[in-house]
Amino acid sequence: MFEIAIIVANVLLSISLVLGFWRLYLGPTLPDRVVALELIASLTIGFIAVYVISSGRTPFIDVAMVLALTAFLAAIGFARYLEKGGHREDD
Amino acid sequence: MIELITGFFLVSGAAFMVVAALGLVRMPDLPMRLHATTKAGVLGAGLMMVGVAIYFGEGGVTARAVAVIGFLLLTAPVAAHAIGRAGYFVGVPLWERTRSDELKGRYDEKTHTLASPPEMNESSPDDEPRR
Repeated sequence: MFEIAIIVANVLLSISLVLGFWRLYLGPTLPDRVVALELIASLTIGFIAVYVISSGRTPFIDVAMVLALTAFLAAIGFARYLEKGGHREDD
Repeated sequence: MIELITGFFLVSGAAFMVVAALGLVRMPDLPMRLHATTKAGVLGAGLMMVGVAIYFGEGGVTARAVAVIGFLLLTAPVAAHAIGRAGYFVGVPLWERTRSDELKGRYDEKTHTLASPPEMNESSPDDEPRR
């Protein structure tokens, strides 16, 4: 039963990852792609949670923590780049 | 019993992730995509970390899982705000059926500061009846 739950969670996360990469490929603008990257970071945190439970290796939770902060830094960096020096979409 | 609760949290968190990804693909413009991914994505990841905390039931693991959830709850709204603001300033087109754009004409494109348009400064907001 528990193994089925882990497999189902993995499958659902994989479907979400495919959909996220689909939006990353489609765009159509750079902020949309940044949103897709943000979701992919959240999905990776979910994958790490499933992996920690299925393997019992608890130190990997630290990886999830670092990943959350890194994704935040990346989003803020992209936002600043867009605001200060990016191209305008409707020029 | 613990396995049952953990499985419930894992599967429900993953289901919320699917909802977030579906919203990312299906929603028509940037603010709606942000709305879908930020809230559902953080809820999904948070539920899965709750599952981790319940499954191990140790102090150290629970503390780190709570730290992850806290970081997510702190950073996701700030990041979504920054991206949405940058997207609006960059000129990402809104959905064609958007009813109202309250910010239109009210921000300075050079300094990126918000202000009321000149004709609104003369009459105070109390004079106009709200529609």
